[in-house]
Amino acid sequence: MKKKMGIGKLLLYTILVLYALTTIIPFLWALSSSFKSLQEIVSGGINFIPKNFTLGNYKTIFIEEELFPRWMFNSLFIAVSVTLLNLLFNSMAGYALARLNFPGKKALFIGILGVLMIPAQVTMIPNYLILKELGWLNSYQGMIVPAMINATYIFMMRQFFVNFPKELEEAAELDGLGKFGTFFRIVMPLAKPALAAQAIFIFMGSWNDFMRPLIVMTDAEMFTLPLGLNTFKGQFVSYWNYIMAASMVFTLPVLVIYAFFNRYFIKGVSFTGGK
Amino acid sequence: MRGKSSKKALREAGQGFLFMSPALVVLLLFIIGPILFVVFLSFHKVQLLGNVSFDFVAFDNFKRLLDDTRAKIALWNTFKYVIIVVPCQTLLALILAATLNAGLKGQTFFRIVYFLPTLTSSAVLTLIFMWMYNKEGLINKLLDFLGLPTYNFLGDPGIALNAIMAMNIWSTAPFFMVIYLAALQDIPDSLYEAAELDGANALQKFWLITVPQLRPVTSFVVIMGLIGTFQLFDQSYIFSAGSGGPDNSTLTVVLLVYQYAFKTLGTMGYAAALAFLLAIVILTATLIQRKFSKEESLY
Repeated sequence: MKKKMGIGKLLLYTILVLYALTTIIPFLWALSSSFKSLQEIVSGGINFIPKNFTLGNYKTIFIEEELFPRWMFNSLFIAVSVTLLNLLFNSMAGYALARLNFPGKKALFIGILGVLMIPAQVTMIPNYLILKELGWLNSYQGMIVPAMINATYIFMMRQFFVNFPKELEEAAELDGLGKFGTFFRIVMPLAKPALAAQAIFIFMGSWNDFMRPLIVMTDAEMFTLPLGLNTFKGQFVSYWNYIMAASMVFTLPVLVIYAFFNRYFIKGVSFTGGK
Repeated sequence: MRGKSSKKALREAGQGFLFMSPALVVLLLFIIGPILFVVFLSFHKVQLLGNVSFDFVAFDNFKRLLDDTRAKIALWNTFKYVIIVVPCQTLLALILAATLNAGLKGQTFFRIVYFLPTLTSSAVLTLIFMWMYNKEGLINKLLDFLGLPTYNFLGDPGIALNAIMAMNIWSTAPFFMVIYLAALQDIPDSLYEAAELDGANALQKFWLITVPQLRPVTSFVVIMGLIGTFQLFDQSYIFSAGSGGPDNSTLTVVLLVYQYAFKTLGTMGYAAALAFLLAIVILTATLIQRKFSKEESLY
């Protein structure tokens, strides 16, 4: 009996380790390539430790592609704005749907649930025309305003507030705080765990988004990093050392956030899982 | 008394709308409005030069679909992609979650590592894989080393879509794994203990307890998977530099919609019709899947 358990454990560990390798090898390979010289890349060795370790690729991409810092700024500015606005607006809407009484509330709630099922590709063409009409193509607001709420997270915040202890708000009301005061001073500070999970996913969604900026941003100056990366690849077709260096620069911020907040990631996914 | 309470209700209604107003504006302007607009567009020919103009063409856009070979190819590619990727990623996610949940040491470490692809942007992942899929790249070197045939992953029309499938199964399975993990922790231990008393082995416990207990979550994972896979775009676009090549083998419906809407002149209305049909396909798939798993509904 005991021996059998041992074999089972060994098998499970083998699966876990093999899959961990499958996950991590592409990243290590990319990282290693970003420190190799072009010669070494072309020679096609499969050594993970560079023979001649160089930081040259990282220097080159910032020199050759002057817009690189600009793309980083664009990505960061858009992602941070979208995240902050979402946190505020989704929570407000979720709170109203959970706690306040107003006509049409039920219809609105069902409407928001329905919107969850509509794929973004359907609204992509009309949104382009609307943004064009507003003169918002190639602008930050063109990327930020349409993305500043998210039906999934309105729904999530509503679920969160429905389960929120009512007594606190009632006490706040007795103390003379209005609905706004209660919301901003009592409810929001206590919603931190839900907000953190939401913030991470919205930030990543915006940071990694490819299709929307592809349609909204056509001036190279206004590109976000994923678009920039794609153009960069077009310019330096077989310079994989540069392309990998640029990819690593782009991935680093998300990995740093992940290193600090990984428990919120897991929580956030479970939230989306309807829990 | 009555007047006072109705006044209070009125104030609360006002506050409710105020709290909802940012969401309402965006919802109307950028989601509900565009949905109606896309239906309108799909019955019109749209000219973008100078002033935007719309000419009513009734069902022409939909009729055109019938003789459009590229649309058929895109539909077929997308269909193939969905049919293969959804079951594979669901199964992989389930196996990984069950293995992780077996109570071994180092669970947290493995979970953190497995989650990495989910964090990384589609653009970066696609570039990393294109580099590995290169003719002289890591994967071919490895295949060669093992004495297996090598492939031209990027240039061979028979292989390119499969290469994207493998990449995406690899990158989306961990996300669903985390959903499964959370659900696994909710299965009561007593069920397993009872099965053990009845002499069930590990595999039997997996098939007879874990899988049935996870059915509601599986149906959620499948729906999310369906919605996601039908929308394949980024990877195809970057893989083929926007063309859907080689030989239309990575052309997906969304990529075709993009091309007709933004890359060729005068076909925006036709693109809207395609997008509209895609939405209907996704909704239908979602509803069918929901119907199948209705009795154990999670919602």
